[in-house]
Amino acid sequence: MNPILLAVLIVSVIGLIAGLGLAVASIVMAVPVDKKAEAIRECLPGANCGACGFSGCDGYASALSKGITTNTALCAPGGNDTSKAIAEVTGLSAGEVAPSAAVVMCQGFCGKAEIKMQYNGVESCQMAKQLFGGPKECIYGCIGLGDCVRACPYEAIHICDGVARVNPAMCKACKQCLKTCPNHIIKMMPLHEAKATNLCSNHDKGAITRKECANGCIGCMKCVKACEFGAVEVKDFCAKVDYSKCTGCGKCTETCPVKCINLITLD
Amino acid sequence: MEMTKGLLSILLTMILTQNFVLARFLGICPFLGVSKKLNTAVGMSLAVIFVMALATAVTYPINKYLLVANNLEYLQTIVFILVIAALVQMVEIVLKKYIPSLYNALGIYLPLITTNCAVLGVVTLNVDNGYNFLQSLVCAIGGGVGFLIAMVMFAGVRSRLESCDIPKFLKGLPITLVAASLVSLSFLGFAGVVEKIFA
Repeated sequence: MNPILLAVLIVSVIGLIAGLGLAVASIVMAVPVDKKAEAIRECLPGANCGACGFSGCDGYASALSKGITTNTALCAPGGNDTSKAIAEVTGLSAGEVAPSAAVVMCQGFCGKAEIKMQYNGVESCQMAKQLFGGPKECIYGCIGLGDCVRACPYEAIHICDGVARVNPAMCKACKQCLKTCPNHIIKMMPLHEAKATNLCSNHDKGAITRKECANGCIGCMKCVKACEFGAVEVKDFCAKVDYSKCTGCGKCTETCPVKCINLITLD
Repeated sequence: MEMTKGLLSILLTMILTQNFVLARFLGICPFLGVSKKLNTAVGMSLAVIFVMALATAVTYPINKYLLVANNLEYLQTIVFILVIAALVQMVEIVLKKYIPSLYNALGIYLPLITTNCAVLGVVTLNVDNGYNFLQSLVCAIGGGVGFLIAMVMFAGVRSRLESCDIPKFLKGLPITLVAASLVSLSFLGFAGVVEKIFA
């Protein structure tokens, strides 16, 4: 047989067999694609941040379509728009997403918080914390080496003056930073409402706190007495505000001698 | 005895002295692209080992009974590419159906192997060296394991790089390439070792 003809024949036959085999295989072993999950996935922002508590956007979409969850309001980055879009696709009632943003509960700025040592190690809060609880005297506060900055998928966090600060306009409430902070001092705060909060996480006794940081909560109870709604309580020498009771009147912030209780509006 | 010795020699040669990535510079794209994290690096390497062995097993008879028998050796490259591409697609379909967890774990890496030159490399290498079926298979698995070792080592190097203070002009790809060349240089130290062992 003509060698050129044979070559063409062999290649085309192999190609044909492979193509047919694939075509048959894709029909025989077709995996039913969940149309509903795909439609839901289209509504989600696709950040795969895990704020919903599932493995990612795909995980949340399949959980919704399979009925594992009926809550359409779990996607914090998407907010109310996503919740409505999901409700339209699934026929579930749209849940209300309470808008919130992350806040770093520390005011231990350079010059305010006392430094215990010069830290020259790896640029990581997690690492620094293992060395005597970090370079600052206060072992509860922000270490300021930016683990949260690197964790934030939206570049909403920056280190300003030695302390991490979240830009509420950029924050999508995915809670990645909450997980990474070795001192667990990043908390969620409701948006659109003025609430008082104690921007200090120090649980040492007042006298010790005083030596550690000029902005530290000394647990003096003045805020507790000033609050007419019983929203503030001091536990372990650190004031804590109950946001459900706080009306944002600002009385506690006026009495605070170290100005660690602040009225925060994240708008 | 003589045969096992020969096979062992091929295996060690493929892993150490003729390492696909570090000595032959094949499969560089996944080596640089997927070596950022250890678990993805391992997943990719395992997929490569599997596909290499499978591709060798399929292309060996095609080469011997179809191409060589008809004096059509010059068709090797195109036929091998065709077969490997179809094979990877087939593996993907089968995995999706029967082992969805592995399919999800491999993700994009499985279709990426289609264009991995290391797979085509191992197949043509077997033909060039005139290996028989068993030797080809050992060579393919050895090549895959060598790829795994290179990936895991480089993933370790890159995780070290992450925490280094790198000059601005070297940040990103440049320092990665410099690191890759140093790792490759270190593998040159194995040159001649296997030959001496089995001499």
